Amino acid sequence: MTGRLRVVESHARRYRHTWRSSVFTGFVNPAFLLAAMGLGLGSLVDANNGAGAFSYLAFLAPGLLAATAMQTAAGESSYPVMAGIKWIKSYEAALATPIGIRDLLGGQQIWSMIRVAQVVAAFALVEVLFGALSVRQAALATIPALMTGVAFSPAIAWFTIRLENDSGLAGLFRFGIIPLFLFSGTFFPISQLPEQMQPLAVLTPLWHGVEWARDWALGSPPLWPWQWHATALAAFAVACFWGAHRALVRRMIL
Amino acid sequence: MIEDLVEAEGLVKRFGDFTAVDSIDFTVGRGEAFGFLGPNGAGKSSTMKMIGTVSPATSGTLRVLGMDPASQGRQIRSRLGVVPQDNSLDMELTVEENLMIYGRYFDLSRREVRARIADLLEFAQLTDRRTSKVEPLSGGMKRRLTIARGLINRPELILLDEPTTGLDPQARHVLWDRLYRLKREGATLIITTHYMDEAEQLCDRLVIMDNGRIVGEGSPRELIDRHTSGEVLELRLEEPVGALSGIGDHTEELADRVLVASRDAESALAEVHARGINPAMSLIRRATLEDVFLTLTGRTLVD
Ligand SMILES: Nc1ncnc2c1ncn2[C@@H]1O[C@H](COP(=O)(O)OP(=O)(O)OP(=O)(O)O)[C@@H](O)[C@H]1O
Ligand SMILES: [Mg+2]
Repeated sequence: MTGRLRVVESHARRYRHTWRSSVFTGFVNPAFLLAAMGLGLGSLVDANNGAGAFSYLAFLAPGLLAATAMQTAAGESSYPVMAGIKWIKSYEAALATPIGIRDLLGGQQIWSMIRVAQVVAAFALVEVLFGALSVRQAALATIPALMTGVAFSPAIAWFTIRLENDSGLAGLFRFGIIPLFLFSGTFFPISQLPEQMQPLAVLTPLWHGVEWARDWALGSPPLWPWQWHATALAAFAVACFWGAHRALVRRMIL
Repeated sequence: MIEDLVEAEGLVKRFGDFTAVDSIDFTVGRGEAFGFLGPNGAGKSSTMKMIGTVSPATSGTLRVLGMDPASQGRQIRSRLGVVPQDNSLDMELTVEENLMIYGRYFDLSRREVRARIADLLEFAQLTDRRTSKVEPLSGGMKRRLTIARGLINRPELILLDEPTTGLDPQARHVLWDRLYRLKREGATLIITTHYMDEAEQLCDRLVIMDNGRIVGEGSPRELIDRHTSGEVLELRLEEPVGALSGIGDHTEELADRVLVASRDAESALAEVHARGINPAMSLIRRATLEDVFLTLTGRTLVD
């Protein structure tokens, strides 16, 4: 375990050089998103009574936390991992010390979750300030959001480790993360998707995170009990961590 | 206390069906400066990575510090200092941060690492660069920083993969000076290089590697005595080499000159003149490891 914590510490040391700008975006992004989608678009939706018992802002807020967790996890487990393997070669440097592959990956994943927790907390705070959720609702929605991060982070790491270079990462965001962000139930329930697309949405971890967050924050009648979502996310995380570990061994131990 | 820090027997490294290290045997004794001299692609780095326990041997036996790299890699690495061929420094971080992160990987307390950093920066002549980013440092400074980094755990065995490749002559001399100091202090060094002058300067004993095999072994002096005639006459000729037949012990034709191996190059040159041959250039020098390599492989070390 100490090896893993040392790796976390190395990430924290690097983060010291960039934290100012990351804190700024951590608050500004959610404010813009909530203003544009929640208030702007929301006024239109609410005029048509579109979100049922809730304001559109309230409907949106829990899911956005999960979606943000996904994006943060994707950011932390993609380019930084590629940099560690290929550009900075910090993985190679670390492996010459008592640090092993499991420490490197485990530490990177823990760091990724620390970042997800920071970003989600900032987002939740902004949602409370916007009046989208009460403090209690926001706190409840945070847990499914973190679990969404836990699920995505090893998945993205696995994908990245298997890439020869970073050109695949642009595709990951364009064809993976952004469509998931838009179509996984965050902005509208997946029942609005074409019939054939709905099972696909259920397969994506983000949908589970969004549904679970909305269930806990709003008590909206859930399609699935939250335990199922939690299990799906946890199983996905474990499988992807295992895959990422195997891939990193193959990549680094030649 | 074990006396041989590294023992290798029939050591092989294959990548797919390509054999990078082809069954080599060697031992490195405590306190020794041991060298691998060989051209690009000889298998030097592959061997170093196996000793450093980051690359598993395909076959053969290898013991490092008396332990088995396959099962005790972590323990071995905690007592090893590694200076990889490419520095793998974090350019975005400061000199100090690079050392701190690395030191912490060895589970040293922050206070302890800080104390060692001060000494190591002194040693690497980087004290005034402690808080500057790595990126703008010169090649020689980066190399010295990488060496300092490799020393942070006070290793018993230090692996230096081409410590001065790509540096200008002055930066190389500064580095050699630092490595001498390590030697004087009793460190065990394993150095790879494709510079014969570096091998001669730094190594007590070395092996010459070519195409994954060891083709010669000994101290620089022994290798030169065993595989050369002691002196070399270098000539640039208009005439075909055949004109030199019978002169010296052996002639070797290179792209731009002819080398005549001889115990007495002075009289060899006199004989050349006596035959009425007027070389455009002639030079007499002592035989070096370069000539050893040429004798053993028929090729030059650096081309
Ligand atoms: N991961 C790898 N996969 C396939 N081939 C490899 C790999 N690493 C090294 N090789 C090959 O093995 C051979 C030996 O490489 P190695 O890096 O050990 O040589 P070297 O003596 O260190 O050379 P250099 O002076 O260029 O550093 C080379 O032909 C190289 O292309
Ligand atoms: Mg090499």
